[in-house]
Formats: sequence, C-alpha cells, structure tokens
Amino acid sequence: MTLEQVLFGFFALVAVVSAVMMITGKNPVVSALFLVLNFGALSGTYVLLRAQFIAVVQIIVYAGAIMVLFLFVLMLLRPDREQSYFKDKPQMKLLAIIVGVLMLAQIAYAVLSTTTGKVAEEASRIETGTIENIGRELYTTYLLPFEAIAFVLLTATLGALVLSKKKLD
Amino acid sequence: MEPWINAGVALGKLLILANIVLINVAYLVYWERKLSAWAQSRVGPNRVGPAGLLQPFADVLKLVLKEDIVPTQAYKPIHTLAPFLALFVAFTSFAVIPIGPDITIADSAWQAIFGDSFSFAIIPSINPGILYILALTSIGVYAITMSGWSSGSKYSLLGGVRSSAQMISYEISMGFSIAGVVLLAQSLSPQAIIESQSGWMWNIFVQPIGFITFVTAAFAETNRLPFDLPEAEPELVGGYHTEYSSMKFGSFFLAEYANMTTASALIVLLYLGGWQVPYIEKLGLSETLTVIIQVAAFFLKVAALLFFFIWVRWSIPRFRYDQLMSIGWKVMFPLALINLVWVAVIAMIFN
Amino acid sequence: MDFNLSDITGYLPLVILAAVVLISLVIEMYIKSAPKILPWLTVISFLGLSYQSLLTIGKPGSFFNNMLATGGHVNIFWFLFNFGGAVVALITIDYLKKTEIYHGEYYILLQSSVLGMMLIAGAKDLIMVFVGLELMSLTFYILAGFARKRLFSNEAALKYFLLGAFATGFIVYGLALIYGSSQTLNIDKLYEHFTFESKNIVGIIGLFLFFAGFAFKIASVPFHMWVPDVYQGAPTSTTALMSTVGKAAAFSALIIVVSPAFGKEKATEILTPLVATFATLSMVYGSITAIMQTDIKRMLAYSSIVHAGYMLIGLAAGNKEGIDGVIFYLIAYSFMNLGAFGLISVLEGKEEKNLAISDYTGLGSKYPVLAGLLALFMFSLTGIPPFAAFFGKYYVFMAAIRADLLWLAIVGIAASAISLYFYLRVVVVMYFGKDESKFEVTSSNPALTGIIVSALLVILMGVLPGSIIDLIAKF
Repeated sequence: MTLEQVLFGFFALVAVVSAVMMITGKNPVVSALFLVLNFGALSGTYVLLRAQFIAVVQIIVYAGAIMVLFLFVLMLLRPDREQSYFKDKPQMKLLAIIVGVLMLAQIAYAVLSTTTGKVAEEASRIETGTIENIGRELYTTYLLPFEAIAFVLLTATLGALVLSKKKLD
Repeated sequence: MEPWINAGVALGKLLILANIVLINVAYLVYWERKLSAWAQSRVGPNRVGPAGLLQPFADVLKLVLKEDIVPTQAYKPIHTLAPFLALFVAFTSFAVIPIGPDITIADSAWQAIFGDSFSFAIIPSINPGILYILALTSIGVYAITMSGWSSGSKYSLLGGVRSSAQMISYEISMGFSIAGVVLLAQSLSPQAIIESQSGWMWNIFVQPIGFITFVTAAFAETNRLPFDLPEAEPELVGGYHTEYSSMKFGSFFLAEYANMTTASALIVLLYLGGWQVPYIEKLGLSETLTVIIQVAAFFLKVAALLFFFIWVRWSIPRFRYDQLMSIGWKVMFPLALINLVWVAVIAMIFN
Repeated sequence: MDFNLSDITGYLPLVILAAVVLISLVIEMYIKSAPKILPWLTVISFLGLSYQSLLTIGKPGSFFNNMLATGGHVNIFWFLFNFGGAVVALITIDYLKKTEIYHGEYYILLQSSVLGMMLIAGAKDLIMVFVGLELMSLTFYILAGFARKRLFSNEAALKYFLLGAFATGFIVYGLALIYGSSQTLNIDKLYEHFTFESKNIVGIIGLFLFFAGFAFKIASVPFHMWVPDVYQGAPTSTTALMSTVGKAAAFSALIIVVSPAFGKEKATEILTPLVATFATLSMVYGSITAIMQTDIKRMLAYSSIVHAGYMLIGLAAGNKEGIDGVIFYLIAYSFMNLGAFGLISVLEGKEEKNLAISDYTGLGSKYPVLAGLLALFMFSLTGIPPFAAFFGKYYVFMAAIRADLLWLAIVGIAASAISLYFYLRVVVVMYFGKDESKFEVTSSNPALTGIIVSALLVILMGVLPGSIIDLIAKF
C-alpha cells in the first residue's frame, strides 16, 4: 500500500464517520462542528487529488466563513435538543428507510455497472491544481462564466439588501 | 530522498522551533508585564529569580497545579477541545514561515540527510503557503466560538460570538492585503515572497496602505487591544474564557501570545523583508556568517514588532463594538482594495 | 484566447445589458430623479436589444472559447427575453407605485434576470447553462419577495427559494454525473462519448436529474408544487416575468441540452417516455385542478402548468418540427400571459384586492376596453383559431403525430377541451354577470401600451403563423 492510499483511507474514513455523526447527532451545534471536520477531511482528499488550491479554499471559505455563520445562528437560536421529527410521524420513518434503500441500490447498481472512464492526462499532473493554472484557466477558457458569476454575486448582494434592510429608501 | 528521513528532518525542526516559540511566549508574558509596569511607572515582577526572570515558570507552575473546574452547564467534550484547538492553530501556523534563506548543500554527507538544500521552514514545500496560514487563521475562529458556546455562560457566549464576527470581518481586509503582496511577488510561497523584497524593496515601502491594513487586521485577529472586544473585562468579565481554569485557561493564554508571535512573524515575512538584510551581500562576509546575521535579523524584526504590539496595548483604549465593525468594513476594507489597485498599477508599470 | 474586436457585434447585446445593469446601479445610488429615469432606461435598452438581436439573427458565431453561441434560435430567444422584459417593465411602472413597493432595485433585478436568461439561451457549455440559470433564479427569488411587508410575498419568496435551491441541487448533481460519463461539458461534444446503452447508467441518471431540475423551473408536474403559491404571492408584475420569459429561458436550456440527445441511437426509447410522462401529467393535472380555482392568479398558475405540458409534447417528439413548434409556442404563450398578467396588475387594487375571479363580474359593461383585451387573451390561451396559441398547439401536435406519438396529441387535445371551461368562465363572468362592477380602476398608460403591443403580437402570430414558423425553422 502506498502512502497515498493510506492517507486516502484515513481521510475517507474521517469524512464518512463525521458525516454520519453529523446527521445522527442530537445537538445541532455538535452536528455543525462535525460538518466542519468533514470539510477538513474532504480538503485532505483534495490534496491527494492534486488540487491544493481547492483544498485550502475549501477550508478558508466553507469551514472559515460559512460554517461560522451557521454556528452563529445555531448558538443564538438555541434550538431544542430533543425534537425528533420521526417521533411525531413514525410512518415517515418507514418511508425514509425505503427511499434510502432505493437510493443506495440505485447508486450501487450505477457504480457496479459502469465501465470506468479514463482519467484525462492533465488531471494527474501535480501542476494542475496550482493557483497559477487555475487562474490561467479562469481568465482564458472560463472567462465568460467567471464574469457571469460576478453578476450572480452582485445580484445576490443586491437581493440581500432589498429583502432584509430595515429602512430601504 | 527517503520519505522517513524527510519526516525526521521536519520533526527535528519542529522540536527546535516549537521550543523557541514556547520559551519566547513565556518570556513574552514577562516582557509584557515589565513594559506595562514601565508604561504605568511601576516596578513589575521582580521577586522570582534575578529581576523576576523566573516569573514565567512560576506562573505556569501555578496554573498547572490549580484545580480544573468545568461548570455543570458546560458541554464537556467541546469545552475541553477548545483550548487545545487554540494552541494547535497558534503553533501550526508557524510551520511554513522560513526564518532564514534556503541553503544549498555541497557536502555529500549532509546531502544524504537534507537533500540538495536546507530550508528553515518546517514544511517548506507547501506551494500555497500563505493560503495555508489564512486557512489556519480561519480555523482559529472555532476555538474561540466553541469555548464561548460550550461554557454555558452568557458572558462566554457573547465573547465568542463577538470574536468570531470580528475575526471574519477582519479576515477580509487581511486577505486583500495579502493579495497585494502576492500580486507583487507573483507567488504564494513564503520564501518567494521574501526573496521578492530584496534590497530596500520591502513591501512596507512599496505598499504602505497594505501594511497599515494588514497590521490592523493582525491586531484584530489576535484579539489584542485596541480590538480585544471578546475579552472586554468591564462588560464580559473575561469573555470567552470566563469559565476556564487551570491549564485550560493557560492554553488560551499561551495561544494568545503564540498568535502574537506568529502574526509578527507574518508581518515581517510579508512586509519587512523577512530575513533579508539590505545589501548584506556587498559586505563580502562569509556565507555562514551571512546566514546567521539574516536569521538574527528576522528575530530582531519580530521582537521589534512584538514590542509594538505590547506598546499599543498599553497606549490605546479599547474600541466600542460598533466602532470596531464600522472600521473593519468601512475603512479597512476599502483601504485594502485601494492598495490592491495601487499594487496592480505598480506591477503593470514595472513589469 | 484570440480576442477579435469584430467579434463583439455577436455578443454585443450581453455587453450592453451588463453595462446597463451597472449604470442603473449608479443612477439608483446617486441621482435623485432615478424613479423617473430607471423604468424608461430599462424599456428603451430592452427594446434596442431586441431589435439588435433580430438584426443579427442570420450571423451565427461562437465566442469565448466556445462558451457562447449566437445567431439563429439563440437570437430568437434573445428577442423574446428582451421584448418580454420591455413589456414587463411597462407593466411594472405604475404597478409598483400603486402597491407602494417602489424601489429602484426592481428594474436592476429585472435587467439582471434577462441577462441570465440570455446567457442560458446562448450557452454552448453546461457551466454557462448553470451560471445563467443561477443568475435568473436568484433574481426571481428576490423579485418574488419584493413586496417586503406582505405576508404572501414573503411566503412566495421563501417557498420558491427553498424548492428552487433543491431543484438546482438536482441540476448540479446531474451535471456532475454527465461530466463524469462524457468527460466534457461542451454541449457539441457532449453526446460524442455518450451512449444510451445500459453501461452508461451514470450518464443517463445525470441526464434525468438535469431534466428533473428543469422540470421544476418550467413548472411541470410532478415538480409543480411551488407554482400556485408563488404565482399568487409574488407581485403581479413579477409573476408576469417568471411565468413567461422565465419559463421560456428554462425551456431554451432543455432545447439546447436535451434535444440533441434524441439524435442518438436508443435515446428515443429512454427519453421519449420520460418527457411524455411529464407532459401528460402536467396537462391532465393542471387542467383539472385549474377548474376549481377562484383566484385568477392561481388559475393562471395552473394554466401555466398545462401549457408546460403542451410544450413538453414538442420536446418529446424529438424532431426538428417539435423544437420549432416549441419555440413558436413559447413566443405565443409569453405574450398571451404577459397581456393577461398585465391586465390583472391594472385591475388589481391596493393590498391585493380584486384578484378573485368573481370580482370581475360586470367588468364588460364598465370597462369595455380592458374586458375586451382580457377576453382576447383568454380566448388565445384556450387555443381558439385566430389567435397565436392555436398554431402553437397545432405545430406541436403535428410534430408529435409525425413522431408516432398520436396518443400524446390526443391527450393534449383533451386537455385543451377541459381548459376551455376555466378560461371561458372568466369571459362569462365579465360579460354575463348580473352585478355591476364594484371597483374603480386607475388607468395606466404605460401598462396599457405594453398590453396592447402583446395583443397585437398575439393576433399577428395568429394571422401570419406561416412566416414566423418559417423564420424559426430556417435555422
């Protein structure tokens, strides 16, 4: 086993366990913290995929900014700890299990029956994930989507202002 | 080079550097007390050892021996995790900071251990090293948020929420200031950034606005006065660590000073030319001596900045919370943007 | 990337609209008389852009490393979005003042939503489809909640946002699977590696998810739950925008991405039943539920579901006639609905009054012009011959019959027969109701202009359908 495989196994395990802990946890704040751990593990797998920039940005943006805002809301709202949706509606639990099993079967079938595609040549080189390459791609091949996303963000900002500012004059 | 030798070398560097930082932090506390005494015309610690020099060890011993109290309302696992996370972040950020130049090794015996060149940073090969520091800083928010929430006390919670809001806000101007430096150095690697500031081309002279915004952001990120709102004793007792005692409190205390050191080192790296001494190569000194002088210069610069940190703490009063936020968003953020434009113009003219 | 200045004429409309958005922001911020300038700036730029789109219709081109295509169908869609946007802006001017929710941001958001639609219609790459869709959807969420103090408006925005984000999740996941199986996001090359054999189950699931996500955006059963509440709760001018050109934009994405798949072997065996099921469900469910509605906006919401069904017939047929029919239908439907919602916005009183169908009793004698126009649009929506929708349905059904989907055409005709009831009920109430109309209508010249232009277009498309379908079929 190479070092890479060992590391992948470790990160994958952490990611899966933290994801399960996140959805089974009773306390929403703890769930959110497990999600942060999950992001950390995912970022590790990104490094193994030679996407260093994405790995770091994953931490800075998701763990560093977005989840902190989530935590804010959870901490200040203090939602009730013992509020189980399935306790009120036991029939929904059955339905959820059926849908879950169906989804799992579907994914298993899809994964098992698919012939694996070949990995593109440039994706396996270490330089692919560097910030220089990403920047170059963004400003050449993906220039138009990049500019369009600027407008998406502008609109989102404008929307937040329109919908939530107390006094809009 | 074998991976395990590589790991061994990194571990060795880690041990040395961690000890330097730890001792430095211990004496930083002492130094702060002495300086504050000087600022307030007092004597300061002078009982333990000659001139109070053993005071830091006495302090640590006292903290270790104290009883560890966890409030009944606290959420214990997170309450315990938070101080360690704070320490972890404070110390690991130092991993990518090179305290000296890379040395090319000619001797084959040394080559077997270190490879072709020796770097003073613990993990020199991280390509986006600066982003790594930013990522760790953003993780640092969690330590404070977690401690604030898990204590089960309103003062702590308020302190935690305040600090995370403050750190997120100032991270933005921090990131934009760093972007200016990166734009000029054309690289995210710390060593390349230092090398780009050769001669007197230190970034503090090239982009003074960026320096100001970055230093302000560094003060806010380390929760030092005038931005120590999370602790604000008059309003919040002790802020996020109100409910901590014994060595857990000590960890937060250590983390704060370690953060200060890291922040100073980062400022030196980004704006004060790192280990560079201007025109030292013209003096015709031997290579070894040059490296020693350069490493010493790095520590000297860090020490000067640490003095500045402490000096500011005892000179400027604390901001009000809304003032803090409006400075962050309405002054520092636009200034950082202006700086970025300025750097872009410079880069366009001279490249 | 080669940058050629002469290329710019191709994508000039996008550049101009983006510039107009930014200029409007500055005007709104710094100029005191912005409420007077902004609406007319919007209308004029939309009209100019729709003219420019028609002017360059015969010049195909692809730009930005094959990210964006222009000419042909793309320009027809651009014309539709811009002209529709202009009509919406005209309707909006007095509506916002009347309901006291005027903020200049409405027009800026309107412009950005049309920008997003244009990006979708011109997309040559799945990334562009996604970014354009996000730009459009985000503006719709905000515009739906624009009446900030009204509970229904807030409800509409929140519902639309939550369900819309869910649908976007479908689309993104679908895109990821498609990319995984075909190793490209370029739409031209998408189906080169794409087989519909059983081995490529990942890609087919991806395509299904993509379709499901867009079925939400076009308001097709079973992803229709949001439609009535959102159409009812949103300000009427917003409803006019998202039920017409918004739907057309989502359809343009389906036409770009899904319809080339029909060329592949075995694709019809998999895709046609799927699309046909969606179409059947939409037509049957929508037309039956619409009968029971008492609120006119809800009724038109269900009617929108039914029409999505008709249009999906053209997609299910999978041939060129089907696609041309869908585009014709989209143009026809857009202007009929714009007119209908425009009239509703004129008739609507403060605080969302006068929206029940029974409120329109006796409108025929009191406001003959308004009632006549509304009757015209209702006839057209039903699909009665001299108006546009009849020919839209005709082309779509003919395409289905040519693709051996006679049963689907029959279901469509049956649904049309049912829909006769709920559309004509409005007309009956207006003209044969006993009571006098109770409310006063403040007339609005800009809105009336927009409505009359729509009515003229609907009549024009009904009288001269041949030349328009010829124009569409030429590309």
